[in-house]
Amino acid sequence: MAEVSRRPPLLSILIALAGAAFFLVPLIATFNFSLRMTRGELSFAAYRSVFESDTFLSVLGFSTVASLMAIALGALIVVPTAYWVRLRLPHMRPLIEFLSLMPLIIPPVVLVFGYVRLYGTSSILPLTMTETGTNILLVIGYVVLSVPYMYRAVDNGMAAIDIATLTEAAESLGASRPRTIAFVIFPNIRSAIVSGAFLTFSISLGEFVITSLLNRPAFGPYLVQMGQDYAYQPAALAIMAFAFTWVCMVLMELFATRRPGQRLLQWRAPRTVEKAKS
Amino acid sequence: MSFLTLSGINKSFGANTVVRDFDLAVEPGEFVSFLGPSGCGKTTVLRMIAGFETPSGGTIRVGGADVTALPASRRKIGMVFQAYALFPNMSVRDNVAFGLRIAGMTRAQIDARVAEMLDLIALGHLADRYPYQLSGGQQQRVALARALAPRPNLLLLDEPLSALDAQIRTSLRDDIRRIQRELGITTVFVTHDQEEALSISDRVVVMYKGRADQIGTPAQIYNHPTTRFVAGFVGKLNTFDARVAGADSLAFGGQEFSGLRRAGLNAGVPLTVALRPEALSLHRRPGDELSLPGRVQHSSFLGSVIRAQVEVAGQSVSIDMFNRADAKLPVAGAPTEVWFTRDDVLVLPEVSP
Repeated sequence: MAEVSRRPPLLSILIALAGAAFFLVPLIATFNFSLRMTRGELSFAAYRSVFESDTFLSVLGFSTVASLMAIALGALIVVPTAYWVRLRLPHMRPLIEFLSLMPLIIPPVVLVFGYVRLYGTSSILPLTMTETGTNILLVIGYVVLSVPYMYRAVDNGMAAIDIATLTEAAESLGASRPRTIAFVIFPNIRSAIVSGAFLTFSISLGEFVITSLLNRPAFGPYLVQMGQDYAYQPAALAIMAFAFTWVCMVLMELFATRRPGQRLLQWRAPRTVEKAKS
Repeated sequence: MSFLTLSGINKSFGANTVVRDFDLAVEPGEFVSFLGPSGCGKTTVLRMIAGFETPSGGTIRVGGADVTALPASRRKIGMVFQAYALFPNMSVRDNVAFGLRIAGMTRAQIDARVAEMLDLIALGHLADRYPYQLSGGQQQRVALARALAPRPNLLLLDEPLSALDAQIRTSLRDDIRRIQRELGITTVFVTHDQEEALSISDRVVVMYKGRADQIGTPAQIYNHPTTRFVAGFVGKLNTFDARVAGADSLAFGGQEFSGLRRAGLNAGVPLTVALRPEALSLHRRPGDELSLPGRVQHSSFLGSVIRAQVEVAGQSVSIDMFNRADAKLPVAGAPTEVWFTRDDVLVLPEVSP
């Protein structure tokens, strides 16, 4: 028995290394490739070329605006729904949770064809006939895709603070429902909403299927087009998109783990918050 | 004139009636506890007083005004919850100030009142802490200060001690009673812990299956339970099936005893007779008049108390005797007599199940 415990977990290490290699090798290879646009030297020429393109900036701007609108709309739908379900319809939670998972089950291509059929030329609400209408459909599509993540983030945030009792505590102190939501509920789930927002942002920014089939000039289809037309720039774009997603994740982690009374970057501003015993 | 009056309160959730025909009048400054097992409806009654549930029938009056249809936010009733329910995003100071801000008080008024409340709970030095930096007992004291800060008409405590460990529970219980007396605030306290209810209250309402089974002072509830449920729930109890034997005699435990109270029942009527473990002794004490023969099953030494199990008329009876330096543990298997007085015999109307 003692011999077994003394042996290093060789198999575990090998599996971890294989797993890491599976992710890291393509990433390193792509990064390396993206630096070789100028023959014979390593340079950021591909990145420069991407940033110099007007199309890049315009599609990135379009996608950013569409994603931000999806975040706002998603939060407006999900936060009151999750609050109300937890407060008044707790028996509906399994159903709502199931519904929130539907976008993961139904492929986006089915969703977008449904939209095109429902809101197409012969519809009473022909959204696809105008540019604004199509943009609205795009944002709605992004909202639908992000609902599983947004709902889960917000619902978990609410689970962590016992929304029902806090609401009752605020009401017994004289607060109306709107004041309760504004001063008690919202500040306590802000980090959950921010997490949901970052997830929504990273999903919708690079989204391809819905964007492409609605023919919108956004980042996802641009990335695919670049992949067909060029060699080095797509690699640079992939690396940038990857870095961007990671920045989103780090920000999410920072917001999600922050406690009240702490600064966002607390290691820069050390405060003596411990020594609770007195 | 009572301050809080509940008349004919009923509450059903669908087909499930959880509170039926509940009447209660609480005097100003009185401390009343609702005591009962889980599911007896005590918390539901409290939540109806607070305004978190609407009664299916009946009226609730506070200070003479009918509040039955008033939303919780306009009742001016302070509430303390089992789970503390402090606002996690606010410091201790801001938690206590919350109700005062809502009431629209000036900053100076708020600061003065918050300081006063933090003094009352002796936590002034923790004013800038956040709830997650406090222990459970400290959090519950802040919750108490927060509930009392806006000078509510009524204070409701929903099992406020249940989440705390034993030592803190006792000290916070004493704090609650002290503060309640100092402020003279009418208080309703919900608990499933009989020791808590008996030690802290002016009156206790023992609830069972949605009804008030008995309402009385702690001593009345313990010494003179009027139903079998109250007798069994409050304190430990040995019960015997009994029947009326004659004009003033009852038969139980294989013997007939005369001179016992029984409310004018005919001979042969089945009853339940109950004896508290501390009313019984294996040694005849001054005043002990009655006894039943038995055999010691086992005994245990609990420090201040010696607890014996004795088989009497085919059933096991619990006996608690004060420990003395010269006391010997009863020996298992030894025949013995179980002594008690006529006054110790509780005669209860219902037959034991």
